[in-house]
Amino acid sequence: MSLSHLCEWLASTRGSIALHESLYMYPLVESVHVLTLCLFVGLAATLDLRLLGLTLRRVPMSEVAARLLPFMACGFAVMIATGSLLFYAIPVRSFHNVFFRLKMIMLVLAGVNAWVFHGGVYRRVFDWDLDPIAPKSARIGGALSLLLWAMIIVSGRMIAYNWFDCDKPQPAIIMWTAGCDAYPR
Amino acid sequence: MMMSLLPFFQWCEASALGNAIRTSPWAFAVIESIHLLGLAAIGGAVLVVDLRLLGLGLRRQSVRELAREAHPWLVGSLVVMLSTGAALFMSESIKCYYSTPFRVKMTSLLLALLFTFTVRRRVAMADATTVRPRWQRLVALISLALWFGVGASGRWIGFSG
Repeated sequence: MSLSHLCEWLASTRGSIALHESLYMYPLVESVHVLTLCLFVGLAATLDLRLLGLTLRRVPMSEVAARLLPFMACGFAVMIATGSLLFYAIPVRSFHNVFFRLKMIMLVLAGVNAWVFHGGVYRRVFDWDLDPIAPKSARIGGALSLLLWAMIIVSGRMIAYNWFDCDKPQPAIIMWTAGCDAYPR
Repeated sequence: MMMSLLPFFQWCEASALGNAIRTSPWAFAVIESIHLLGLAAIGGAVLVVDLRLLGLGLRRQSVRELAREAHPWLVGSLVVMLSTGAALFMSESIKCYYSTPFRVKMTSLLLALLFTFTVRRRVAMADATTVRPRWQRLVALISLALWFGVGASGRWIGFSG
């Protein structure tokens, strides 16, 4: 069973249809998804800006991380839950949407970036905890995080536009990146 | 009173900027994306201080220090939000005129701005010993409620009409 078929099956389930056709639930879930940006990306950006020495320079790095991480974790959980529901409501179109695919790739990269940061330079945080500007590898991690999350937000917003949808003629590059050959007709 | 504003909304809709954004296939999407990036930034700048006023988050720093650090980011993201928001508005002013969520958003925005730059700023910059924690918490809750109102009704403009 291909992923595309899996999405078709998902789209045929009762919950997916109900959410897709609901008058208020879908917009409500989407609103929560968008507004949680403030909690998760807003605080993640605060952390990244601290690494770059652009805010809270006098607060120890480990303190900023430890105090904000619980709230970021809550925000992230809500984003994943509501994001999954949004996908569940419109699985086939999302799966064959170039911006959705781009967003998923960026999400994985953001995860890898965070993993490399926490497993690497952050392990030695007590060596540079009070430095107003973090060491270079930490700054690169912070800048990458800002860039990736900005791209995730923009590509996430663009999913709503149908410019590159498979149900109309598309150039070869879009046909390939959106996997239009597997798109149900 | 709102009736008298209709000509202004019509003028906005007919403006060169409004027309340019409306006729471009991608301008609205791009401006809206920047508006969203501003949302994340303003969210961080507001939350760091409001969480602290609630006794959460960066508790070992003073409210005043956090408010001072967050201030340039708050003002910067507000500039981005207001300018991109104005551009989006120009491209669909007539729709906004008849949109209830838009009216709710503008009202909450006005209140949020007034509250943020008067009461909240005074409480945040005050000597920690002079403001009771109960008042700090109340100020944070009002700030969060007002900004939430702006965000939620803003998202709802797109769902209605």
